[in-house]
Parts: sequence; C-alpha cells; structure tokens
Amino acid sequence: MNKSEKTALLQSAGAAEEIEGRSLWRDARIRLFRNKAAVGSMIILGIITLLAIFAPLLSPYAYDQIDWGYIQEGPNWENGHIFGTDGNGRDLFIRVLYGARVSLAVGLLATTVSLIIGVTYGAVAGYFGGKIDSIMMRFVDVLYSLPFMFFVIMLMVVFGRNIFLIFVALGAVEWLTMARIVRGQTLSLRRREFIEAAHATGVSNFKIIFRHIIPNVLGPVIVYMTLTIPQVILTESFLSFLGLGVQEPLTSWGVLISEGAKVIEASTWMLIYPAVFLALTLFCFNFIGDGLRDALDPKDR
Amino acid sequence: MLSYAIRRLLIAIPTLFIVITVAFFMMRIAPGGPFDQERALPPEIEKNIKAAYDLDKPLVEQYAIYIGKLFQGDFGPSIKIRDFSVAELIMAGAPASMQLGLSAIAIALVFGVAFGTYAAIRQNSAVDFVVMGVAMIGIAIPNFVMAPLLSLVFGLYLSILPTAGWGDGELEYKILPIIALALPQIAYIARLTRGSMVEVLHSNYIRTARAKGLRETLVVNRHAIKGALLPVVSYLGPATAAVMTGSVVIESIFGVPGIGTYFIKAALNRDYPLVMGVVIVYAVMIILLNFLVDIIYGLLDPKLKSR
Repeated sequence: MNKSEKTALLQSAGAAEEIEGRSLWRDARIRLFRNKAAVGSMIILGIITLLAIFAPLLSPYAYDQIDWGYIQEGPNWENGHIFGTDGNGRDLFIRVLYGARVSLAVGLLATTVSLIIGVTYGAVAGYFGGKIDSIMMRFVDVLYSLPFMFFVIMLMVVFGRNIFLIFVALGAVEWLTMARIVRGQTLSLRRREFIEAAHATGVSNFKIIFRHIIPNVLGPVIVYMTLTIPQVILTESFLSFLGLGVQEPLTSWGVLISEGAKVIEASTWMLIYPAVFLALTLFCFNFIGDGLRDALDPKDR
Repeated sequence: MLSYAIRRLLIAIPTLFIVITVAFFMMRIAPGGPFDQERALPPEIEKNIKAAYDLDKPLVEQYAIYIGKLFQGDFGPSIKIRDFSVAELIMAGAPASMQLGLSAIAIALVFGVAFGTYAAIRQNSAVDFVVMGVAMIGIAIPNFVMAPLLSLVFGLYLSILPTAGWGDGELEYKILPIIALALPQIAYIARLTRGSMVEVLHSNYIRTARAKGLRETLVVNRHAIKGALLPVVSYLGPATAAVMTGSVVIESIFGVPGIGTYFIKAALNRDYPLVMGVVIVYAVMIILLNFLVDIIYGLLDPKLKSR
C-alpha cells in the first residue's frame, strides 16, 4: 500500500467515525441550543470572557493606577470611573475585569487539574475492578469525609499566597466526585462487547482505558466539569475573601467583595459590582451545566 | 445493619487519625514559627521557650507527644493566647459555632425538602419555575456576599436586627448568621429534592399507589418521600462540611465569638496547638455527621438494610 492510498484509507476511516460519532453529539448540540437559559448563559459568559481578555483596552485607567482626585467615589460616567473607585482611588471597573481574569483562569485551570486526576483515577479503578477498585474507592471515601477546606486554608496560610498553589490545591480537592462518576460509568462499560473485543485482539490495558473507556464516559464528565468550574471559582473567591488568595495589587472577585463588604454602609457599589459579576458567572455556569445534562442525558426529561 | 454500622465506624476512626496526622505535619513543615518576630529573641531565651512547648525535639517525637496527650484529652496550651489552654478556648467558642451550624443544617433540611417537594408536585408550573429560579440565585450568591447584604438590609435599612455581635447569645443576634449559612444549603437541597422527587413520582410503585386510589397527599408523604430523600440524606455529609467551612467566614463577618474565628487567626500566627484543636473539633463534627448520615441511609435504603 503506498502512502496516498494509506492516507485515503485513514481519511475514509476518520470520516466514517465522524459520522458515527456526530449523530449523538449533534443531537445533544441541537437539544442544548434549544435550551434558552443555557444559550443566554453562554452569551453572557462569552461577553464576560471577552471583557476580561480585552480589559486593558476598555478603560483609560490601569488596574493599579491611583487616581488621587477620586478616592472611594461612586460610579460616575463623566470621569470614566463607571463603577466608581475603591479606597485607594483605583478604578473599580478595570479591577473587576482583572478580577474576572483571575477567577476565570483559576476556574478553568483548577478544573482541568481535577479533570485529569479524577478521570484517570476513576477509569483505572472502574476498569480493573475487584480489589484494586475497592481499595481505590475506599481511599476516595476517606478523603471525602476530610474537612478539606481547612487543609486548603492551612496550605495557603502555610506556604504563602501563591496563585499556582491555588490551582493545584483546588484541583486536588475537586477530583473526588469526578473519580466517582467516571468509575461508575466505567464499571458498566468494561463488560461491553467492544471492550472484550479490544482485549481479545491484544490491546494493552493502558490503551483500552484511554482509547475506549474515557471517550465513552465524556458525556457525564463534561456535565460535571461545567458544574465544577463555578465551584472552583466560588472556592477561590472564598479564599480571597479570607485574605488568602491572590496578592495586591492583583485582585480577584473575592478580594474585591471582601473590600466592599468592609465599607458596605458608605460605599455599597464596591460590594455590588464584583458581587454581581461573580453571581452572574456562577449562575451562567450552573445553567449551562443543567442544559448540558438535559442535552446529553435525555432519559432524565 | 449492625455490621454495616460497625464497618462505617471502622472507617471513621482512621479518617480522624489521618486528619490529625496530616494537619500536624502540614503545620510543622511550613516555614516560620510561632516565635518569629521583628526583633529576634536572644538565642538562649528562644531555646527555653521552644523547650517549654517541646518545639526543640525532633518532629516525630513531637508528634508522638502530641498524640499521647490527645488520648488523655489534653489539647495543650495555646501559644499565642497566653494563659489559656486550647481546650478552654474551644469550650468557650464551640457552643456558639455548634448552635449556628446545627440550626443552619436543620433549617436547610426542613425548608429545602419542603420547597423541593412542592416544586416537584407542581412540576413545570409557575410555582416550580419560581422556586427553582430562587434556588439558583441561592446557589449563585455565595454566603460571604449574602451576609453583608443581609446585615445591610435588616440591620441598617430596616433596623430590626443587630448588624453584628453576639450580645449574651440572644436569638436576635443569631438569626442573620443562621440565615446566611442556611440559604445556599436550602437552595441545594431544594434542587436535589425536586430532581429525585420528579423521578420517583414517575416510577411504577407510585403509579400503583395512585391506581389503588390513595389520595395524592398520602402518595407523596407516605410513599414518594422515602425514596426521594435518599440523595438528600447522602448530601447531608457534604452539606455539613460546607456549613462548617462557611461558618469560618460568617463568624468573622458577624463577629460571632465561635471557633471559626480562631482558626484563621491561629493559622496565621502559627499557633500550632490551637489550629490543631480547631481542626480536630471540626473533623470530629464532620465525621460524626457523616457516620450518622450513613446509618440513616442504611435505614432508608432497603438494599442496604438487608445486609
């Protein structure tokens, strides 16, 4: 077989697989786009993400620039401080957008960490089953009942406020449920014919897990991932609220909310704007997660 | 059932042990110590102080000493809050924290299940959408945002409740912190209950119950609720953990003299024994409630009951 024949064959094989795979995913996509709440949420999240990415271009002020003329002043369209300024005279609009950068980045990265750990762990436990499974899942049970946030708080206090540590710590906390979900799905998959066929043709365990098991559990994984992101963002804000998150002059929604909460009586806007952005983001992710669940799992409807 | 309970208990004990061990070494391996100050202490004095708290011994020996004392119920002295033992501080703070935490969970359970069930019975009606919409807001607004807002509205604008403080533990001081802690959990539980209730109401045994002519209230209260509550019961473990963690923030926002407020301060000060004490109390609470949840689950779930 020459090279061009091979590529043609590969392409046709790829195309066949695509048609096969598309029907399910396309169905899900159609169902998802019919869900108004989910679509609206995607649009709002898209806007927030764009605002966060292009933040420096959107305001005449820098996020750490002090405007001595307007210290802790309310929203004012004329001087460009459309969300007002904070106690140090910094523009709140640009700070909220920089907060969005941190919160979204933490949300995505920590979720990715949890995804990698959780999916691998769950798939391995479910695939091998038996003793290995029961030991691995018992370990998860034990971790489940630990007061994890206290460890994360201690970790942050102890090793200093390091943004990478936040990713790792939050990711390491959030993988447990993912592992349980994947394990449950894998248990029901591993007795199926196509896995047996792969076994019979001598495919290694490693390959079976990554080629055959994981692609087939992606549905629930994606749903749970969308629901993990807001959880992580919330946790990061919680840590920042306690003063354990990112460091000044960088900021996150939690930091801004905690600053706002201290002066809520005099300067309500300092709490309201970051809180609205945080709540809106959590809202949207939850709606998308719900929409995805309905779309990918039609039996629930 | 009994063997199931014993098995669960056998998991709970090593879990607590793991918590203690991890917390102990995490605190100690960290850079910095309780006696780090701007002005360094003279070496002899520092040595004496460290010896007084056993901090000069090797880490493993310190651990052994700590565990040994713990078995005798001795949490050690607080390093930073002079003249108080950790046990005394915890005894002083725990009642407030426990009251807040347990009331919040109880309230969340009652209201969450009620709202969720109601929404499920009237599935896809206006009531359903309103309840679920409000629940979504409850999930999306974190308690550290809700708490200052509640204090602003009820304390300052309406002036019907104190904005913060504890007084002598009168009810009016407890209302806002409890609400702030309970709201997100009400929302979660309402959503969970609705989801499982909808599923149960469509199941065959409910159709049978209806077919034999039972009134709808009886169908729901006697037959459906038992099945529908299973996911809610298993959520109670994580809910407890969430309420406990939340209480750290809520206590500091409302100025409640509970153990949550100690925790952050003590960790920042490297007050090792106090941090350990607080973590152990919280861990015992969480593990205990998880254990109870497992038992209740075993009683409710016929598949486990038979074992």
